[in-house]
Amino acid sequence: MAADSMAGVGAADRLSLPPQAISRRRAALGDRIYRACVLASVWLVLVLAAGLVAALCWESWEAIRAFGLRFLVTSHWDPVAGEFGALPFIYGTLLSSLLALLIAVPLSLGAAIFLAELAPAWIRPPVAFLIEMLAAVPSVVYGLWGIFVLVPWLRDWVQPALATTLGFLPLFQGPPYGIGMLAAGLILSIMVVPYITSVSREVLLAVPGSQREAALGLGATRWEATRIAVLRYGRSGLIGAILLGLGRALGETMAVTMVIGNRPEIAASLFAPGYTMASVLANEFTEATSDLYVSALVEIGLLLLVITVVVNGFARLLVWSVGGPARGGRE
Amino acid sequence: MMKKWSLLAVLLLAAAIPGRPAPADAQMLMNGAGATFPYPIYSKWFEEYIKVDPEVRFNYQSIGSGGGIRQISERTVDFGASDGPMTDDQLKKAPAELFHIPTVMGAVVATYNLPGNPQLSFTGDVLADIYLGKITKWSDARIKALNPSATLPDQSIVVVHRSDGSGTTYIWVDYLCKISPEWDKQVGRGTSVKWPVGLGGKGNEGVAGQVKNAPGSLGYVELAYAITNKLPAAKVKNQAGKFVEPTIESTTAAAAGAAKSMPSDFRVSLTNPPGDSAYPIASFTWLLVYKDQPNEAKGKNLVKFLWWAIHDGQKYPSTLLYAPLPAPVVKEIEAKIKQITYSGKPLLAAQ
Amino acid sequence: MTPAARRLVSDGVSGLTFAAALLVVCPLLLIFGFLLYQGASAINVDFFLHLPKPVGEAGGGVANAIVGSVIMIGLAVAIGLPVGILGGVYLAESRDRRLPWVLRFVADVLNGVPSIVFGIFAYTVVVLPMRRFSALAGGLALGLILVPIVLRTTEEMVRLVPSALREAGLGLGLPQWKVSLRIIIPAARAGIITGFMVALARIAGETAPLLFTALGNRFWHQGLDQPIAALPLQIYAYAIAPYDDWHRQAWAGALVLITLVFLASLAARLATRGRSVAR
Repeated sequence: MAADSMAGVGAADRLSLPPQAISRRRAALGDRIYRACVLASVWLVLVLAAGLVAALCWESWEAIRAFGLRFLVTSHWDPVAGEFGALPFIYGTLLSSLLALLIAVPLSLGAAIFLAELAPAWIRPPVAFLIEMLAAVPSVVYGLWGIFVLVPWLRDWVQPALATTLGFLPLFQGPPYGIGMLAAGLILSIMVVPYITSVSREVLLAVPGSQREAALGLGATRWEATRIAVLRYGRSGLIGAILLGLGRALGETMAVTMVIGNRPEIAASLFAPGYTMASVLANEFTEATSDLYVSALVEIGLLLLVITVVVNGFARLLVWSVGGPARGGRE
Repeated sequence: MMKKWSLLAVLLLAAAIPGRPAPADAQMLMNGAGATFPYPIYSKWFEEYIKVDPEVRFNYQSIGSGGGIRQISERTVDFGASDGPMTDDQLKKAPAELFHIPTVMGAVVATYNLPGNPQLSFTGDVLADIYLGKITKWSDARIKALNPSATLPDQSIVVVHRSDGSGTTYIWVDYLCKISPEWDKQVGRGTSVKWPVGLGGKGNEGVAGQVKNAPGSLGYVELAYAITNKLPAAKVKNQAGKFVEPTIESTTAAAAGAAKSMPSDFRVSLTNPPGDSAYPIASFTWLLVYKDQPNEAKGKNLVKFLWWAIHDGQKYPSTLLYAPLPAPVVKEIEAKIKQITYSGKPLLAAQ
Repeated sequence: MTPAARRLVSDGVSGLTFAAALLVVCPLLLIFGFLLYQGASAINVDFFLHLPKPVGEAGGGVANAIVGSVIMIGLAVAIGLPVGILGGVYLAESRDRRLPWVLRFVADVLNGVPSIVFGIFAYTVVVLPMRRFSALAGGLALGLILVPIVLRTTEEMVRLVPSALREAGLGLGLPQWKVSLRIIIPAARAGIITGFMVALARIAGETAPLLFTALGNRFWHQGLDQPIAALPLQIYAYAIAPYDDWHRQAWAGALVLITLVFLASLAARLATRGRSVAR
């Protein structure tokens, strides 16, 4: 199979026809242009990101000056009185995303393994396609589906069942509104699944067959071969897929705000309503009246950025500590 | 490889197509943005107005009242729209003087989900205390006193409010502030407030959906949403002591009652107005335009449209479940529209 | 563990993955079913060819919204795709110490920024100076969402191309850039397309960033520097209204959106069909 992809190499014969010096200079020019384009792209991304951060800092300066660190640890969000504390939103964002990943990651990886390794060939393309299409469903449709289908189901079936079986845990106490943190976590997990599944599936498919064959040849069962050869080889890619899903979960606005109850309070129970940073931004930005109000909202946007940085850093640290720099394709 | 580049080239070409101009010679496009509440009636108006003046196209998008105020202040749109009047601060910040032109009226109703769908009546202070968290059960004595013939279950009231900033909320809390000094002190008025209790639903449809699906809920929505979702609407006691059902007529009556004391800039709150048949939780929605228009042609189109809207246009609102403006108020708005100028000269020729 | 036990575990895991795949497909079928049930009645020829009409009038459509979405996505892709792919290749191939690390981190963080923030950024940078809403601003906001997704997925896919391929190409005397563009990227093609499709699906359905940039338009747009309609905006406006007629049109619009993305995905896969590594 390596030979197939080398078909493009035939061009090298044509290149060696002109005198060596000219072809080398042309190659060097091509290299320089290519390198310039690549670096331009890289710097474009970095400059835009820097611009974004700068704009966020600039707009939120008024709120930062007014509240300082209090913003991070108080729970009082009162637009009329001009008092803003972001702690419940931070809690809501972290909890809902964690819940979403807890549900989505095992399901997505399982589905990806199934689609890449175990499914009969005729099933793979249509199912993979279907899952990709989940990513195209507009956020507002997820939200409305959530209100009309998911929330009643939770309120009438799931939450009472959880309350009777696991009700001794503070996680499952309180009145079953249907709307709340559990609904938000579920909707987020559905939204995040297509990203993790699609990308993981591609990663697994890209692992060279030789790896799998070697493990099988040594007597491993199917699962062992997958675990030892394929998953480990593609670990970096899988982590990338999960981080992609995490990013979506942290930043999702519309669907979450429709089912989470939008109550800026910290509660132990998953049945209780909550509020996320992205939701409060979406809910209140267009109607925010005073400058301090707008500034506080933008500061929440900035905080979300910081939290994304922290969570990403933490995740990478975790990966490093478990198995060294995860790299595929370089050995 | 080549295929990918040619695909990109096609996309770029498609993007460069400078959009199809609408049929007939190039029309003038007027852009406006703001409140979501009047979006249906405005879209009806702009569609009908094409028959009146085929040379102009009005494009209106709902991005929220606050968005409307901000965009007209930034002059990125030709007119704005808001359910709540601009504050003095906001008016000061605008680059030039802005007019509030009332267009239609809306009512905010208290809606609920109880077995048997009884018709309930409330007073303002009972509503305030429910939203303050002081009345927690449907079987509370004060609710029973107002509704002696209704069967009220001994169930907790699931209070629902808006999570997003909105003019609907503004009208609701404005009313509660006028009735309940405790609400005024503890919560205050605004498009977004710190709710003492309750779940937040996104948009009118979020609150309506929550109330519809959860037994024991109580929420507030615009009249149109209650009607189309077949949700009950509570009667509320007005200033004259009568329990009034929220309808299109009682909404219009709310403004008629306030017509005499209407301020000249129309930035008035219509909640709890005088008048026997007035529904106490109602409000105008306004279009925001500059007194001195920056562009003559656009300015002319705007004033002609505004004139049409408060006269011929008023036959459309009730079919879409909005309340038309009462006649005395229309007279006062006429005078205001005549004051819109371009370079100091009034735009509306004697009509 | 005995061989028999290991086989049992293997079969058990296989069963679990099958269950996982079923669970993953379930919500999709539920949502699709919901949309079909609610919106199928509103789909007719008028829906694709006409402009929106006010409530209660038959014959309204989303033609301008479809065109608007296509244009803005085209803009986003035209700028975002090359930047994302080149950046991804850079991250996978570069031997530098700091710059790749910074870029990767930045891309991961950008992936977590709510789309509404990109909309606000595009508003500040394009709409305010131009003093008008425009398709350009909308395209920029969407492009900003597209780039980090494509960048990271491209990086991971290119990383999985065996280094033997690159070494062979260089060994035969090909210049660096030819190796990257003509050998490595085609080899990772399938994965890059998947990443691109996932990003495309995402930006096709985004509403919040377009509220402050493209604004929306009930008529045909009159230029790229004017407000323009978009499917998600129209869906959102209809969905939050109180009228059943408009709700049906919202669901129908969502169906149309998903179908269009489906077709684009199909077209992209067919156009770039071919063999790649390890398949």
